[in-house]
Amino acid sequence: MGWLEGRFEESVMTTTLEQAINWARESSMWPMTFGLACCAIEMMATGASRFDIDRFGAGAFRATPRQADLMIVAGTVNFKMAARVRRLYNQMPDPKFVIAMGACTCGGGPYYKYGYNVVKGVDLVVPVDVYVPGCPPRPEALLEGLMRIQDKVRAMKDLTRGQPLEVPIPSRTGFTLLPPELNDPDPQKAVEKQNAWAKRNKELGTPAKA
Amino acid sequence: MTATDLVARLEEKFGAKIKSKNLQAIDPFVVVEAVDLLDVCRFLKENADLGFDLLHDISGVDYLEPDPKKAPKAGFDPHVEVVYHLQSFKHLHRLVVKVILPRWKDDTPGQLPEVPSLTPLYGSADWHEREVYDLVGVYFPGHPNLTRILLSEDWVGHPLRKDYEFPLEYHGIRGR
Repeated sequence: MGWLEGRFEESVMTTTLEQAINWARESSMWPMTFGLACCAIEMMATGASRFDIDRFGAGAFRATPRQADLMIVAGTVNFKMAARVRRLYNQMPDPKFVIAMGACTCGGGPYYKYGYNVVKGVDLVVPVDVYVPGCPPRPEALLEGLMRIQDKVRAMKDLTRGQPLEVPIPSRTGFTLLPPELNDPDPQKAVEKQNAWAKRNKELGTPAKA
Repeated sequence: MTATDLVARLEEKFGAKIKSKNLQAIDPFVVVEAVDLLDVCRFLKENADLGFDLLHDISGVDYLEPDPKKAPKAGFDPHVEVVYHLQSFKHLHRLVVKVILPRWKDDTPGQLPEVPSLTPLYGSADWHEREVYDLVGVYFPGHPNLTRILLSEDWVGHPLRKDYEFPLEYHGIRGR
């Protein structure tokens, strides 16, 4: 704080409003209780006494998205759950952050090739701030991910720069819209059209044998 | 009662309706037609000597080699099997009943093959049949509520069929 620093008594501290807000925000990230699969066990271990996520101010796991500002997606997200994940994300108040915990949420993990029901990465559903890989990641890794979120909060300049809060970086939603010729009111026919299209694309992509 | 005796009882009662049998397998099994399944299971359950009062599991198996080059060497014709594991609490013996079906009814792709439901006999058949219907695509006429049990209701296709292809997108989410 330049020339203001140290000109007052010892109990007076000077800072900017933005830094003060960011400091308050990063020291009380309230995560949402959001365990989907086995990674949730590791998330619980992170919350328990040995690793104690409360040391970083993020131990208050809320049972409702309206009181949470950090979503730790811990576990496999399948297509049936994806709509609920997006809905819960939309219900969280701004500013909100997402940690993708585990291999499944980072990119499909072991279900990448043959998992017909698994979303290939939760970043196809909600924008993700920090990826924590591992199967499942150690509690230290999750704490590290939390600290990276705190770094992100510390660098927020929403007061001075007018940065829009509702779009965290990266602002990728993953929403896919197929061209209209691949859609059909009858879902069965639509799927047949899409499969034929994908098959033709694959054939076009394979090099011809010499 | 050993498996040999069980199958002998069945053959005595049903004769040529028992299409084939295998007593050397770890789980000895008999194969019946879909139309005879309910009669056979009713006999197995209600006969006092047999007393098969527990239906452990219903599985659906899709026998298909999707690769046309490997198909001649696969050792089977394309078909779908439904496997019933039965046990008796009273006599402590087991038997497996299999039903062999075409992959599609009348060989029309999209028409699911049909097996009569076992829900009038065994309550446990309810969810198992829903699961087989959901993942393998076998239709069970007579089931009280034959809807998808694991996948969402608007899912297209039956994923454990060998020729199933993943959806390109599902509700705006990229599938593959």
